[in-house]
Amino acid sequence: MKYAILGAGPAGVTAAETLRNVDPEASITLVGGEPEPPYSRMALPYFIYGKIDEGGTHLRQDPLHYNRENIRYLTGRCGGIDAQAKRLYMSGGEALEYDKLLIATGANPIMPPIPGAHLEGVETCWTLDDARNILKLAEKGSPVVLVGAGFIGSIILEALYLRGCDITVVELAPRMVARMMDETAGGMLGRWCEAKGVRVLTRTRVASIKQGAEGGPRLSVGLSSGINIPADLVVMAVGVRSNTGFLVGSGVKVNTGIAVDDYLQTTAPDIYAAGDCCEGVDLSTGKPDMLAIQPVAVEHGRIAALNMAGHKHRHRGSLNMNVLDTIGLISSSFGLWQGAQVGETGKLVDEGGYKYMKLEFEGDKLVGAQCVGMTDHVGMLRGLIQTGFRMGEWKDKLLAAPERLREAYISVAQGAPNAGPMAPHVNTPRAGLGHGGASGH
Amino acid sequence: MLKALVIDAGKCTGCKQCEMACSLENEGEFNVAKSRIRVFDFHTEARFVPYTCTQCAEAWCQQACPVNAITTDSMGVKIVHDNLCVGCKVCTIACPFGTVNYNASTGKVIKCDLCGGKPACSDACPTGAITFQDAEQGGFDKMKVWAAQSANAATHEGPNTPKASQASGSGH
Repeated sequence: MKYAILGAGPAGVTAAETLRNVDPEASITLVGGEPEPPYSRMALPYFIYGKIDEGGTHLRQDPLHYNRENIRYLTGRCGGIDAQAKRLYMSGGEALEYDKLLIATGANPIMPPIPGAHLEGVETCWTLDDARNILKLAEKGSPVVLVGAGFIGSIILEALYLRGCDITVVELAPRMVARMMDETAGGMLGRWCEAKGVRVLTRTRVASIKQGAEGGPRLSVGLSSGINIPADLVVMAVGVRSNTGFLVGSGVKVNTGIAVDDYLQTTAPDIYAAGDCCEGVDLSTGKPDMLAIQPVAVEHGRIAALNMAGHKHRHRGSLNMNVLDTIGLISSSFGLWQGAQVGETGKLVDEGGYKYMKLEFEGDKLVGAQCVGMTDHVGMLRGLIQTGFRMGEWKDKLLAAPERLREAYISVAQGAPNAGPMAPHVNTPRAGLGHGGASGH
Repeated sequence: MLKALVIDAGKCTGCKQCEMACSLENEGEFNVAKSRIRVFDFHTEARFVPYTCTQCAEAWCQQACPVNAITTDSMGVKIVHDNLCVGCKVCTIACPFGTVNYNASTGKVIKCDLCGGKPACSDACPTGAITFQDAEQGGFDKMKVWAAQSANAATHEGPNTPKASQASGSGH
C-alpha cells in the first residue's frame, strides 16, 4: 500500500506515525510544504522570545525519527492532484503515485488588502522563516504594530513584549480575542495589556502603511482614526484560511475548508483530509466547522490514518478549546463558551483581581466555559463538556459558585452513576485497534 | 510488575502532608500550590479527596503536546521533559482529568510522574489513604472493578464515594 500525506504539521506527522503503527509494510511519503523539518507553529512565539532554539520547535526531536519509522520525508509544494489516476504533481513537475492520500496542508495567513502591505518590514507570523525575519526586526525598544488581537495575534503579542518591543495592537473588533472569549474576558485582557505598557486600539483599522520619514522607523502605519504610528515592524495576524488552492479541479469539494464525512474522507475517492485545512465536526454543534487547533489536528490525523488503513473509525466531533497566555494573564475557553441557545450561566467575576470564570449549561450538562486568571485543573472543564456528564444537583451549586468545579468534577465524573465502562464515551483516537470506535473513559 | 497509586479517600483526613511532600520532592519547597497531588476539600461534608494523574492509557496530554515534551516511560508513566516543554499549556486544557497544571514560576507544566517509582505522597500519608501498590489489574478489568465498587458505594455508603485505583500503565 502506498500512502501519501501532504502537509507535515501535527495532523500529517501523526497520520504518518499512525499508518506506520498499523501497517508496518506500507510505503509512506510525508510531504512538507516548507524547507524545514516538521515543526510546530504553536512553538514559534517561544522561539521568537528565545525560550527555545529552532530545534525546540520541531514536532519530533530526534532528527532520525522519520528514517527510523521508515517514513519518507520530502519538502515541496503540491501543484495539483489527479484523483482518477491517483497521482499528485509537485510544483517542480515530479509526480507521486498513491493508493490513499491525506491532505493535511493546514492554513495560510490572510494578508489584508491594505496599501503598503507588501513593504519590507510587514510580516506575517506563521512560518519558521517568518519568525526568523521577525527576530531580525523586533529589537529591544523597537516600535512594533501588531495588526489583529485574535488568538494568534495575542500569542505573538506576548513574544514581542518579552523581546522588549514597544507594541501597539490594532484590532477591528471591539475587544481582544473576540472569537475566543466574551466582553468581560476580552476587556480584562485589554486592560491587563494596557497596564503592561502595550497600547491596545480596538475598533480600529489599518488604512495604509507607508515608508517612514528619513532617519526614523522604517514604516508609518495610518489608522482609521486618522493617527499615524511609526513602526520598525508590522506583524499581520488578522486570520488564516485553509490552504486548498491546489485542489481546484481535483474533485475534492472545498467549502470554507475541505468537506469531509464522518470518516474524514473527502468527496474524492481514496482522498482524506485532516487538521486546519478541513471541516471536521464540532462536537458542541454536531456541524462541520474549522477548529484550527493542535489537539484537533492530532485527533484528525490519527482518525484519518486509521480509516485510510481500512480500520473504520468514526470521528464523532472535536471540542473547540483554547488556552492563551497574554503577558502572564492566562485565559482559556471551551466548547460553547458563548452559551447555549437556551441555557443558564454561572459567573465569577473579579475585575480588579483579573479573575473570571463563566460556566454555560444546557439542561444539566456543562456545554461551555471561560476562565481568566485561573489555571489549576482547568482540564476538568474539557472532561465535563466532552463527556456530557449530567451535573444533577451540582448544576445549581455551580451556577451559584463556579469555583466549586473541582468538587463537582469529583462528585459527578468519579461518582457511581456515570463512572466506568457504562459512562458516556469520550471520543479519543486510540492507538490500539479492534475496539470498534470510541474508547471508554 | 507495574505499580500504582491507590487512593482510599475514606481514610483521608485532609492533613495535606501529601501535598507538602510532593512539593518538596519535586519543587524543592513547601508550597502546596505546586503539588502534583491535590486534596480536594468538600467543605460542606467534611470530606477530603486526594487527586492526581492516573497515568491514563489515552495520554491526552501527550497527544496534545506540540513539541513531544511528554513521553511514556516503560512503566506507563507520562513524564514531562522540562528541557522540551515550551509552556504552551495546551496539555492543561487537553487533559480531561485536569491533572496537568501550569507552574508560572518555571514557565513549564507539572504533573505526577510517581516520583520515578517512589512517590513522596504515599510515603508521607499518615493514614494509608494513599498507597503505592502492585497494579494487579489493567485497563478494562480495572475499570469494571472500579465501576462495581462505585455502584456498591452508591448503594451502601451513599453516593459518590470515590475509590479509584490510580494505576500506571493501564486505562483509567
